Amino acid sequence: MSPAYVLKRIALIGYTLFVVSLIVFAITQILPADAAVMLLGENATADALAAVRVQLGLDAPVWLQYGRWLIGVLQGDFGVSMRTGQPVGPVLVEALGRSLLLALFAILLMLCLAVPLGIVAAIRRGKATDLGVSVTSYIGVSVPEFVSATLLILVLADWLQWLPATGYVPLTEDFARGLKHLVLPVLTVSIILIAHVSRMVRSELVDVLHTDYIRAARLKGLSARAVLFKHALRNALLPTITIVALDVGYLLGGVIVVEEIFALPGIGRQLIVAIQSRDLPSIQAGALIMASTYAIANFLADMTYAWLDKRIQYG
Amino acid sequence: MAELLRRMLRSPQGALGLLLVGLMLVLVIVGPWLAPYNPETFTPLQRYKPPSLQFWLGTDQYGRDILSRLLYGARATVLMAIIASALGTLAGALIGTTSAYLGGRSDEAIMRTIDAVMSIPSLLMALLIVTLLGKSSFNALLAIGIAFTPGMARVTRSVALTVRKQDYVSAAIARGEKARYIVWREMLPNVVAPIVVEMTIRVAFAVMLFATLSFLGLGAQPPAPEWGLMVSESRRFMHLSPWMILWPSLAIATVAIGFNLLGDGLRDALNPRT
Repeated sequence: MSPAYVLKRIALIGYTLFVVSLIVFAITQILPADAAVMLLGENATADALAAVRVQLGLDAPVWLQYGRWLIGVLQGDFGVSMRTGQPVGPVLVEALGRSLLLALFAILLMLCLAVPLGIVAAIRRGKATDLGVSVTSYIGVSVPEFVSATLLILVLADWLQWLPATGYVPLTEDFARGLKHLVLPVLTVSIILIAHVSRMVRSELVDVLHTDYIRAARLKGLSARAVLFKHALRNALLPTITIVALDVGYLLGGVIVVEEIFALPGIGRQLIVAIQSRDLPSIQAGALIMASTYAIANFLADMTYAWLDKRIQYG
Repeated sequence: MAELLRRMLRSPQGALGLLLVGLMLVLVIVGPWLAPYNPETFTPLQRYKPPSLQFWLGTDQYGRDILSRLLYGARATVLMAIIASALGTLAGALIGTTSAYLGGRSDEAIMRTIDAVMSIPSLLMALLIVTLLGKSSFNALLAIGIAFTPGMARVTRSVALTVRKQDYVSAAIARGEKARYIVWREMLPNVVAPIVVEMTIRVAFAVMLFATLSFLGLGAQPPAPEWGLMVSESRRFMHLSPWMILWPSLAIATVAIGFNLLGDGLRDALNPRT
């Protein structure tokens, strides 16, 4: 991994964010919503509307508005929410923290379950265990988050009364209750991830177990356990890192739905509220933050991959 | 074609996928004729009925027959998902092939931009586009198509690049064939197969995405019998009558499973190596 490669990747993140900012700004510009009318209401006089437009800088040409917005973003100023009148940045960053907590727990749960499931399925290839894992994972990837969330609430919260259905309690305030509120959202988001990743781990491991070097390891008399843990897993689990990073995209999409359903005040819920109330600065900032999260996750995954897998030479 | 079908039927995934998707397509075509009731008629005296001989799957909060709504909704849900995926595939294939054909710096620029667009999660992209266009089934369809385009462009490009390096393409070039012949007769037939596989799996995702948009109130609008909307509307009553939410959920999951299986079956049938 040469420094030039790392620099190139960092430059690509910059380009990615530039493109995303253009798209997001373009979409919010064409939105059939007049910010001035939204602030003052339908009955505002034409003079008042014009004054507010000047105050918001909406009378300037589009490219100038984009430039001002971009410079603001680069300085950490995402603008002022049209809904609450508060600065958008701090609110979204706080919400992002809660979403990242949710995502982190989901990824941890996924790693704890998906990797062992994939390994077991690969070792017992063609047996009942394999079939069971594979059928479950087909069901897992085919149930949208809003359906699994609703069914989980119905069973675990309503019928069994084990867990609270919705709401959020900060972990710093009441750790046990906070955790309880996180269980259902984390479960919901991680189902698709677990199903997808376990299938990937299985197919990678099946491929690796058929290579010559594994046969050689077996033939020289190593135990099945040693072959698996010392030789096969190392190479089979590497591609999983990339898959997990690509799944962050699904994860972020899932987070939007799950936060909406469980009334979890994360960035996804902020985005839905912003979209419903056509709060342009919040939509712009929220989308940009989500895209950067994805871009950075992929960057870190590629770096980890290159660092772990010495065979890969990045130019 | 017959050979492909035989290979698909040999694998359990392919056979089950064909069965589920085939069944679903039959329902899309003849569903409205099979429906015992009108999906939008309110029957105030028959509200919240559990499944019975009269109403096989029960009735909802307005006394509408759930089975009839599901049968009518097959079109609204499955057909929309297929069209949206086809739209995204077409646009993506166009961009991907062009990029692979141009090669060099333009290819690099196009693909980096595609990568950048892909850093916006599909659901968020669809949400933004629906917000821009206004909420309706048709706009949700467009949004999903657009959200799928960059992913399909990436897949198409990588396939087109591999195909261009194949010996049979070099042979065609060596024979002195025209560029049009090479693209149409040598490259395209070999590009289409992997793209169809990818598209089939995307349909499963499109069904889920479309239902999710409707669930969030941004896709199909009431009283349409769209499945995601049905789940969303019955959530308020799930303590009272769980089957109201169960049937549309099952329907969505079944379609998604069917297309996932079909896609995997197709891939295995088209790649006899693995």
